[in-house]
Formats: sequence, structure tokens, C-alpha cells
Amino acid sequence: MKIIACVKQVPDAKNVRLDPKTNTLSREGVESIMNPYDRHALEEAVRLKEEVGGTVTALSMGPPQAEDMLREAIACGADEAVLVSDRAFAGSDTLATTYTLARAIDHVGGADLVLCGKQAIDGDTAQVGPGLAVRLGFAFASCVRKISGITDGRLYAERMMDDGHDELEMPLPALLTVVKEINEPRVPSLKGKMRARKAAVTVLSAADIQADAACLGLSGSPTKVARVFAPEPRGERVMLAGSVDEMVDQLVEKLEAVL
Amino acid sequence: MLKIDKETCIGCGACEDNCPFGAIAVEDGVAVVNDQCTLCGTCVDHCEAGALVIEDAGGERSDLGAYSGVWVYAEYRNGGLAPVGKELLGAGRALADARGVELAAVLLGHDTGDAAADLVAHGADKVYVADDRAFAHFRDDVYAATLEGLIRRHKPEIVLAGATAMGRSFIPTVATALGAGLTADCTALDIDGDGQLLQTRPAFGGNIMATIVCPDTRPQMATVRPMVMKALEPDHGRRGDIVRLDAASLNLESKIKVVASVISEAEKVNLNEADVIVAGGRGVESEKGFALIRELAEALGGAVAASRAAVDAGWISYPYQVGQTGKTVAPKLYICCGISGAIQHLVGMQSAETIVAINKDPDAPIFDVATYGIVGDLFEVLPKLIDRIKARRP
Repeated sequence: MKIIACVKQVPDAKNVRLDPKTNTLSREGVESIMNPYDRHALEEAVRLKEEVGGTVTALSMGPPQAEDMLREAIACGADEAVLVSDRAFAGSDTLATTYTLARAIDHVGGADLVLCGKQAIDGDTAQVGPGLAVRLGFAFASCVRKISGITDGRLYAERMMDDGHDELEMPLPALLTVVKEINEPRVPSLKGKMRARKAAVTVLSAADIQADAACLGLSGSPTKVARVFAPEPRGERVMLAGSVDEMVDQLVEKLEAVL
Repeated sequence: MLKIDKETCIGCGACEDNCPFGAIAVEDGVAVVNDQCTLCGTCVDHCEAGALVIEDAGGERSDLGAYSGVWVYAEYRNGGLAPVGKELLGAGRALADARGVELAAVLLGHDTGDAAADLVAHGADKVYVADDRAFAHFRDDVYAATLEGLIRRHKPEIVLAGATAMGRSFIPTVATALGAGLTADCTALDIDGDGQLLQTRPAFGGNIMATIVCPDTRPQMATVRPMVMKALEPDHGRRGDIVRLDAASLNLESKIKVVASVISEAEKVNLNEADVIVAGGRGVESEKGFALIRELAEALGGAVAASRAAVDAGWISYPYQVGQTGKTVAPKLYICCGISGAIQHLVGMQSAETIVAINKDPDAPIFDVATYGIVGDLFEVLPKLIDRIKARRP
């Protein structure tokens, strides 16, 4: 079975702030990490491979630096890594991103199963997985917390809903987005790290994947960012003082308006 | 535009076999494309004769004037309308009035009863209803094909949906199939003089806000967080047009089989829709400690949540986790008990209107985002607070 795990390199969200003077993202000293949800997608891909056989390809779209993260993916058990990287992709929204990823998946010969994290922690859109499924024409489910089995070209999975969960059955090829509950990602083994150091990451350009320029980057993106701004600062905080009883009294009084 | 060179086409049908959208077919020995085409390019890749080429995707973008009206996807699940649909009708009403256009709701479900009338009472001028067994369980492809078909036929300029598990799953597939712009998890919507929807959403876990527009394409699609918009007071005297769709006219084929749909009180952690959330962290110290958190939540008619530390310690399950790798919430009142306030937690709750922090450590970062702070032992504070709340709410 050919499995592709889509992984994204993201800035560690906790350190991203808007520079109040320039109104641009200040990423100074911000570490780049593998999107936490994608880590679970990758882990699930590796587990499935170990169970039913096949190969795992870690696929990412991003700047050349994302190669580091893809090496980490190899250390965590991916057999190979593919980076689609081109300046032409700059400004891609989720629609242009799914186009690019779909072209790349086609270029590497398709897949039986594509796994994505539920969402990336930088944009938080949760749109790339579903969109990519449409582009590929694959069966699709989101927020999968368990893959119960794959037999005779059919996949059994549980997806989380707001009020419970659904047990699903679908044919391969399929694309699933996964939640954190699905597994506990492994720490790379020493052997994996050694392999990652030597492994070659395949880098594909827009030309390599025979992409239509009109569908890439800014021109392929219907959504544009009109304005970026810092959220309104929270009002002054009030630290309550006195005995526990007094503080509780004050709090209940303050909350009258809210309750 | 997908261009087909009729001289070069050999009529082999590879395009038809591979098209994910059923948008191309061989007729009289030559490929013909229909308006389901999303320019995904699959057919071009599979065409061995080289007869297909996609020309500038901009062609479709000029005719914005053909789109009119504001639509709300009104989620219906397990026998009821999701509150967010009514909230969106409130927001949609304002947008439609500003544009001087119709506000329509789309209702997909099974045995929907008088839900359509309820949507009219909440502001819809028209409700498209597809009521069929096929919608009894949520299957992305069936829901998406139906909504996509309606949008293609009626061409609304704006389509809004709730950012729920369902909405966040299938709305992106609809937008992709249409080649439309979609903005996720909006917290504010406005419209400019040109009919451009100004969609504001948090990014980077709420550290940054961005306003997104779709200048060249229609419809403009957005998912909106529950509890952000305000529903109108229902007016049961309002008149609206209820359009019932014939199931036979819909594409109800699905790749997905729902073997079982489990509604579970334990899993029903709909933090998105809670007005009041009481959250516990490391300071709660044990599973037993969460009994206090639950008791306060109950007294306030609110929901229970937790920080990652409490979930990792096994005191409470993951669906309750708020923060970067858990849920993002924006209730009216968020009470944090024994939560230090690591940024990973803050990004999931700092949009709450009022934040109360109770923590032993006066230097805990949670106090930086708190509206009201109490430095104290939660095991002393909470029982008293619970008593006081219960006393005021007999």
C-alpha cells in the first residue's frame, strides 16, 4: 500500500507576534516545527505500513528550509520525502495549496491512502485536507481518531463529531485528516536519525509537477489578505483582594453582569 | 477554461474515467466538458493525445454580477437545528439587507419537521430543503454534492456555514469543487460598498487577526464560529418561501458508509456552544479534584474544560482540552482554576469575553489575560464560590 503523509512546517505559534510598528509578523527567534497534527498523520502512516506493508512518503509544500522537517519525517519512519518548493507557490491560499499538492501526488504516482493532520497550527483553517481529497477524487473523512482496519481495499475508521463519533467504511483510495487522539507519535530512533542524515529529499518545482501557473500562488488563490492586525488588548485586569470570603463576594458581584 | 482540441482528441475516454467531478465525457467520439469542471487538471494529465489544455483560470472570474443573494447552510443533526445556523441567519440578515438581496437557508437532513419554518422565523426569506434518508447520517460527499449543485444553479454571492465538526469537514470540499474562496473560523463579518465580504478571523492561535477578502471570485464562502453571531428573536409571523427539493433530482451517491453513529454524552463536549466554561489545570491535582470543577460548571449552567497538563495527567479526557492542540473557545465567561496560563492554553481561550483566574501563584501568566484574578487555593475558593452561586440561583 502506498501511503502519503502530508506534513507542514509551521512557526511555533506561541512565539508569533505582530510587530506593532510595522504590522508584519515578527518571527524573530521563532522556531520552525512540524505541525503537531501532521506528526500524528505521519505516525499513523508508519504504523499502517508496519501492519499491512507498503511505503510511506512524507510530502510537504514549502520553502527549501522545510527539508529539515522532512528529514525528521524520515527519522520518524517515512521511507522517502518529497518537497514541492517553488517561488511560484508564494501567496498560496488553501485552494492553490490543494492544487499544488494534488499535482505533486499525481507526479509521484498517486497513492492508496493520504493522511493529513486535522489542521495546521499557523493558519488553523482545516481546509487543505478536505480540498485535497476533492482534487484527488478520493473517499474522504475528517477528524479521524482511529483507523480500525484496512481489508480488501476498504478502510474502516472512526471520526469524531461534535456530539459523539461515527464509524465509517470507505473504499481506497482515501484521504483522512487525523486528530491527536489517534496515536502517540514515536521519538525518532538512532537508526532512523542516521538514515535521515543520508536520505535524499526529492525537491519538485512547479515545472516538475507540470503545474498551470494560473492555479498557483497568488493568482491561483481566490482569498487575499486585506489586513492583518493585533487583536484588541484585553481590558485592565482586576486583582481581587481580602480574605477568601471577601474575594468570592467581590467576584460574584462582578460576575452579576455576565451571569 | 479547459480547451479541447477536437482534431487531436482520439475519444479514448481516459479523461472521462479519471475526472473526479464527472465534468468531462466522450460524446460522438470527442471529449465534451460541462460546468462541473473545476479546472483541477486531472483530465489534462491523463490525456495521452495531448488534446486537453487548461487556459487561464481567470476567465470565470469576471462575471461577479451573475451572483446574488446571501446563503446560510443551516446545520441539522440528530433531530435538531444547530444553534449556529440561526446565529448565521442573524448575521446574514444584516448582510443581505446591506446588499438589498434575498437571504436563503439551505437545510439538509432527514425528517426535518418544521425546521424550515423555524429558519424563516429566524430571518430567512427562502429555505431550500432536501429532506431524505440519504441525509440521515453525515456523509461529506452527499452533503457536498447537494450544496454544490444548489450553489451552481442559484449562484449566491455569499455562503456562510457554522465552523462545526460538520461544517469544517464538508464546506471546504464544496469550495474546492467550485473553485471558490473560503475563509475558516470567522469571528467578524462585514460588507463593503462593492459587495465584498470582509471576513475577519484569528490566526496563529489568536495572536493575530486577519481580514480576508475574495475580490475576483463568487461565491464568497466563510465558516463562522458558533456563539459569535447573534440570532434574531424568532418572529413566527414572518413569511418565507420554502422550496422542497425532489430527492430524485439530487446526486446522492456516496463512497462513504456510516456503519454506526454514536451520540455520546461523554463525548458531547460542545465547548464551542457553551456560554460559560470552567476549566481546570495542573493545580486541580487529581481526577477527584475535577469534581469541584464540574460542580461549579453545573452551578453556572456551563461546561467543563481542561488544560493539556490535566489531560496528560489522565484526570480528564482529551475532548475537554482547550488550547493549541485542543479546542479553541470563545465563551462569555471562562473561569480558569489552577491553570498557570502557558501560551499554548491561552491561545485557545483568550477570546473569551470575561476571564476569571484562580491560582495559588501570584506570578502565574494566566493573570495577564484575566479580567478578574484571585490569588488563592482553589480548594478553598471553589467551595465558597459554588455555595454563593447556588445561593443566587435557587
